[in-house]
Amino acid sequence: MSTIASLQIGETGIISEKNMQKIPLKLLEMGCLPGAKIELLQVAPLQDPIYVCVNGSHLAIRKETAQEISIVKYSGNNE
Amino acid sequence: MSRTKLQISLIGNPNTGKTSLFNQLTGLQQKVGNYPGVTVDKKQGTCTISSTVQAVVTDLPGTYSINPTSIDESIVLKVLQNPKDENYPDVIVAVTDVENLKRNLLLFTQTQDMGIPMVLVINMADQMERKGISLDLKLLEKELNTKVVLISAKKNQGVDELKKVLASYTQLKGTSNFLELSAKIDQEYYRELQEIAPNKTLYSLWLALTQELFLESSEELSEKLKDFSHDVSKLKQYQHKETIYRYQRINEVLKKAYSVDTTKASDIRSKLDEIFTHKVFGYLIFFGILVIIFQSIFDWASMPMDFIDGVFVNASELVKSKLPEGVFTDLLTDGIIPGIGGVVIFIPQIAILFFLIAILEETGYMSRVVFLMDKIMRRFGMSGKSVIPLISGTACAIPAIMATRTISSWKERLITILVTPFTTCSARLPVYAILIAIVIPNTKLLGFISLQGLTLLGLYILGFVAAIIAGLILHKILNIKSKSFFVIEMPDYKLPSLKNVALIVLEKTKSFVFEAGKIILAISIILWFLATHGPSSYDRVADTVKRDSVNAGLSKGALEQKIASAKLEKSYIGVFGKTIEPVVKPLGYDWKIGIGLIASFAAREVFIGTLATIYSIEGVEDEATIKERMKAEINPKTGTKRFNFATGMSLLVFYAFAMQCMATLAIVKRETRSWKWPLVQLIGMGALAYISALIIYQILK
Repeated sequence: MSTIASLQIGETGIISEKNMQKIPLKLLEMGCLPGAKIELLQVAPLQDPIYVCVNGSHLAIRKETAQEISIVKYSGNNE
Repeated sequence: MSRTKLQISLIGNPNTGKTSLFNQLTGLQQKVGNYPGVTVDKKQGTCTISSTVQAVVTDLPGTYSINPTSIDESIVLKVLQNPKDENYPDVIVAVTDVENLKRNLLLFTQTQDMGIPMVLVINMADQMERKGISLDLKLLEKELNTKVVLISAKKNQGVDELKKVLASYTQLKGTSNFLELSAKIDQEYYRELQEIAPNKTLYSLWLALTQELFLESSEELSEKLKDFSHDVSKLKQYQHKETIYRYQRINEVLKKAYSVDTTKASDIRSKLDEIFTHKVFGYLIFFGILVIIFQSIFDWASMPMDFIDGVFVNASELVKSKLPEGVFTDLLTDGIIPGIGGVVIFIPQIAILFFLIAILEETGYMSRVVFLMDKIMRRFGMSGKSVIPLISGTACAIPAIMATRTISSWKERLITILVTPFTTCSARLPVYAILIAIVIPNTKLLGFISLQGLTLLGLYILGFVAAIIAGLILHKILNIKSKSFFVIEMPDYKLPSLKNVALIVLEKTKSFVFEAGKIILAISIILWFLATHGPSSYDRVADTVKRDSVNAGLSKGALEQKIASAKLEKSYIGVFGKTIEPVVKPLGYDWKIGIGLIASFAAREVFIGTLATIYSIEGVEDEATIKERMKAEINPKTGTKRFNFATGMSLLVFYAFAMQCMATLAIVKRETRSWKWPLVQLIGMGALAYISALIIYQILK
């Protein structure tokens, strides 16, 4: 199963409803919602934290949090 | 009849320009206070809304949601939930940033449900064209059921229109989204909740339930709510759903009223990000900025500091010469004036430091540093957000410890608070400077590297290393489970607003002067008392010295110095110094140095002044004399120099590690809300200092 942590730089995923309750409320409130597109922008030099753009919010989160959030990889074919 | 002032609250996400708007509305008419019971800064100012309406504007702490995750954020809910609060607003201004409107509107819709009249302010409107954003204001107002004002706080555009809207605030209406929302989540559940207290709004009950905030509610009601909240997982699930449904609604609205032409989106941000978070350049740039910060703290600050020093010495002497001799004059010239001087002297460094830090934060660069450093700092039990306090600590630990509030994990924050005093603060600098000048030869390594300068650099590194190792140890032994997690917004890069920067510097400096100042001043006065009063024999000291020196042929000045020195020896503080002599002797110190160590509790640099008094030096402000006199001081038992290499090194290490600052201890007590942690610091750092100094002295002697 893919999580945010499995994205490569430049890749986009869609946050899935699976394990939705594992997304911390604060992240939800910052725009990290099921169904939202999330793009991995940067990874810190020591591989952690990661820097993502979701719903227009630019956020840095730690890998441990990213591993909890399931996504479906987005192929970008205008589905 | 005097009208009561209109109460306006500003709410908004961080980085929306809320504080810029606050600064535009209130200008210099601001004051920073405290919310009762907590240490969160309360920023308020007055503002003329119209010819007849004066307003008190409160800048509530920035938050992403009404559901708080930190003490700062919880203030927002507390103020808005309590109509009896003195700052309960008549009208709320929700500040949003046009680029992040979607996320910003979450807080807006939450706040709207509290039933207070609201205005929606969309900031940075001047950027819309460049970013390709278009807005249908009419539609937005209709859909969100509110009044919308476009502004650019930085350019002071739209602020007058906002004032007009605020002047007729009675026409603004509150509205509730929650009824519709709750029906979507679980109609039955919320119907039961409403039945607990039919006279309250459903949303206020829901907040009371989820935030365990039972304000001004009866005991009976709290009990009922507690019964209701037993199913925690359901509560959490419904909070999740609430947030998702709110966003769905916001998305629907924005789909109709907001559009972005993505072709106009610039990629300056990603280009800059690539450089600033690069695995080589990122760290190089950060290191370069650190060097600039340290350089400027020392270079730029030294001139005003010397000036302040001179002013206070002169003031003391002037007062001494103008006022009649007596206890009051002594208190003024030897206690209060130097005490105030000891506070004011730090202002240049603190102001410069916060000027630079404010610029780094305003531009958005600081978030990138947090991102770069997080993984490294985590190994030492801290967070990327600990970097700012650790840098600030090189000026003064007090503002540094206050800056730890942004760290949401309690364990990471506590460790940062505990280790910050290891960083070399500016009060240690004069002590280091004089000791190094005495014990380290002024030679150059390889012809150009100053050995003295190298020693100073070594002490700085020692401080950082000690902080980091202490963090590592605390990380292993502190068993604190913290459920909060790390997230930081990476704001867009922007040019700093000078007005904002200036106000931050002013505010930080003021809070240092008043917070730390009163403690340093109080300790100075206590020390003055202890140094000028003593047990019964104290009063006869002057006569004894005069009698003994009759045939010594001393000049009048020399005699006075001798009396002063003898008086200090017989004073309470002298007695105390002699009492602790056996304890400090293995470190290579005598009772005089012991007194210096005790006096350092006011502020470490007091060590120099105290030794100057004990060694009875004329013209205290002249560093060369102090240095020469200290150099010449002989240990009567061995007949060798008192400040030899071993004692000097032992003292340097002691000052590097010991927790000798009452003001810092008081701030730690306030921030951790317990005496436990300042005591841990005092004892832990004290033990480390003692043992290290002991080892150094015993090896080198």
